[in-house]
Amino acid sequence: MSLLTLENVTLKFGGVTAVNNLSMSVNEGEVFALVGPNGAGKSTVFNMISRFYTPVRGSIAFDGHDLLKRKPSQVPSLGIARTFQNIELFERATVLQNLLVGRHRHRKTTLVEEMFFIGRTREQERQHRHAVEEVIDFLDLQAYRDKMIAGLPYGVRKVVELARALATKPRLLLLDEPASGLSVEETQDMRWWIDDIRRQMGITVLMVEHDMGLVSKVCDRVLALADGAKLAEGSPAEVQAHPAVIEAYLGTAAISKTANAKGERV
Amino acid sequence: MRFHFKTSYDQDIRLFPDWWNFSLYALLLVLLLVMPWLIDDFYLGEMTNVLIWAVAGLGLMILTGQTGLVSLGHSAFMALGCYLTVNFMDTGMPFLLAFVLAGVVTGVVGAIVAIPALKLHGVYLSIFTLALAILADDIIVILDHWTGGVNGIYAPEIWIFGFEINRWAMPASWYYLALGTALFVTLIYRNLLRAPLGRAFAAVRDSEISAQAMGVDVARTKTLAFGFSCAFAGMGGALMGLFAGAFNNETFNFLLAIQLLMMIIIGGLGFIHGAFLGAIVIAFLPQLLAIGTDTLGINSVPGLETGVFGMILIAFILFEPMGLYGRWLKIRTWLELFPFARRDMFRRQKTYLKTERLR
Repeated sequence: MSLLTLENVTLKFGGVTAVNNLSMSVNEGEVFALVGPNGAGKSTVFNMISRFYTPVRGSIAFDGHDLLKRKPSQVPSLGIARTFQNIELFERATVLQNLLVGRHRHRKTTLVEEMFFIGRTREQERQHRHAVEEVIDFLDLQAYRDKMIAGLPYGVRKVVELARALATKPRLLLLDEPASGLSVEETQDMRWWIDDIRRQMGITVLMVEHDMGLVSKVCDRVLALADGAKLAEGSPAEVQAHPAVIEAYLGTAAISKTANAKGERV
Repeated sequence: MRFHFKTSYDQDIRLFPDWWNFSLYALLLVLLLVMPWLIDDFYLGEMTNVLIWAVAGLGLMILTGQTGLVSLGHSAFMALGCYLTVNFMDTGMPFLLAFVLAGVVTGVVGAIVAIPALKLHGVYLSIFTLALAILADDIIVILDHWTGGVNGIYAPEIWIFGFEINRWAMPASWYYLALGTALFVTLIYRNLLRAPLGRAFAAVRDSEISAQAMGVDVARTKTLAFGFSCAFAGMGGALMGLFAGAFNNETFNFLLAIQLLMMIIIGGLGFIHGAFLGAIVIAFLPQLLAIGTDTLGINSVPGLETGVFGMILIAFILFEPMGLYGRWLKIRTWLELFPFARRDMFRRQKTYLKTERLR
């Protein structure tokens, strides 16, 4: 069943067409990757789903809801969470506080209740904390719980961002380059986590990733973009072998070479 | 060294994490309560002044320290709070009701003012609020029917449940009024910080874009920050005017707002303690300077106070951007870890590149 559907979506920045007539659909329970050279429009697609950008044409639907009718801050309440390419954490707050912001969409207290810390507020805080602790256990962040983000190394920040997205208890998780800047071991961890997120938590994952090793290991389907348009779609192996994809990455001369060396990675 | 073992989530949720912390603040409260018996009337008046500045400072702190919106116009809201209180009292309202109602109305006005300011960031917002402060000066003069214009108004008598709050006859009464207000405001501030709204403030301050991606409504959060901030500033302003005994447009000119901002920076942006420490500096600095010039046997120099205050601010921005409270946190950590504290422990890490702000 299709969870997220983009139909004929076009986005222009002035004269530049960032995304050109793109249609795609992500099924419930799968791991779907967007690949493509730099500037292909992958992150732009993410930003449209998060509603930071509004396409000039086309429609985006999530689980029967028209996303284009929502404000950016209303998107998470549908069950969509995301991470950012360049890490957007709340720097002057602890890891725990960052994750608790992830619980924002689940709050039920009114302003007056929060002001005087009465009524449901205390019990709600306990529940938020419980949910956050589950994520902390899942991603092994116990040692960093009370650390400020400003002092954390890059690899840990990456995990905290994933944790914050998971704390929202999403149905669809958008990961913008989850493995960029990570060491081999950290990438390995990321791969297992993505597997677990899908298998144990039943969360659908849509990711942008350059590391084809990771993509081919965790993804069910891949869509290749170039210059904002769809090049190819299919299993990781199919897309990697697709002539248009090879051309976009390596140029036309590469096609004949890869045809000889079949099975090798592009 | 003291270890803090956590055995339940409540330890992070309740006001005081452990008995030690609770006892410290209880001791401080007792000390504050018996203060009128410990110091003479003059210094009690100065303490009252500290608490009043702290109330207004907490107001600006919620906006600037917590939500990251710098306002240079809080004198306007302090004036509004003060004139509203007096005008409500003129209609025969009891002081306490007039005071709280003035705070609420100032907060609502602040929230409404925030709406056109929502799209403004950084220095543009500061200029906008500065314009408000300068405008407020003129508006006070124009609305002289309610404000007394340049002639000002004398503070009315204040009665709370049959007790007269009088600065001259009974300095302790004013002190307790200021202390009560400061405690009330601090409690609300603290409650907000441990609730979703307080975290939303911090989220908006550090990254609007990912705040939105987490479902935080940035416009609503900023409006609420303005509302709370202006409400507290209004209450602080009301106390300040009434405590002074007489006030006019000059009392609340824009220099007051700048002083308030300098105060919370010196105290430590983003900390409740910072507002109080900054208030102590701002209230006791003139006394300290007076004592200094007296002992040196020189006449008071005009502008000395502002000059010294400015230099203190520059020194803090250069050497301790986290303010007095930040410095205290470092000293405390050093003491707690002794002898294992490392030299570079507080060296700030380079911040990583941010996603384009989509502005």
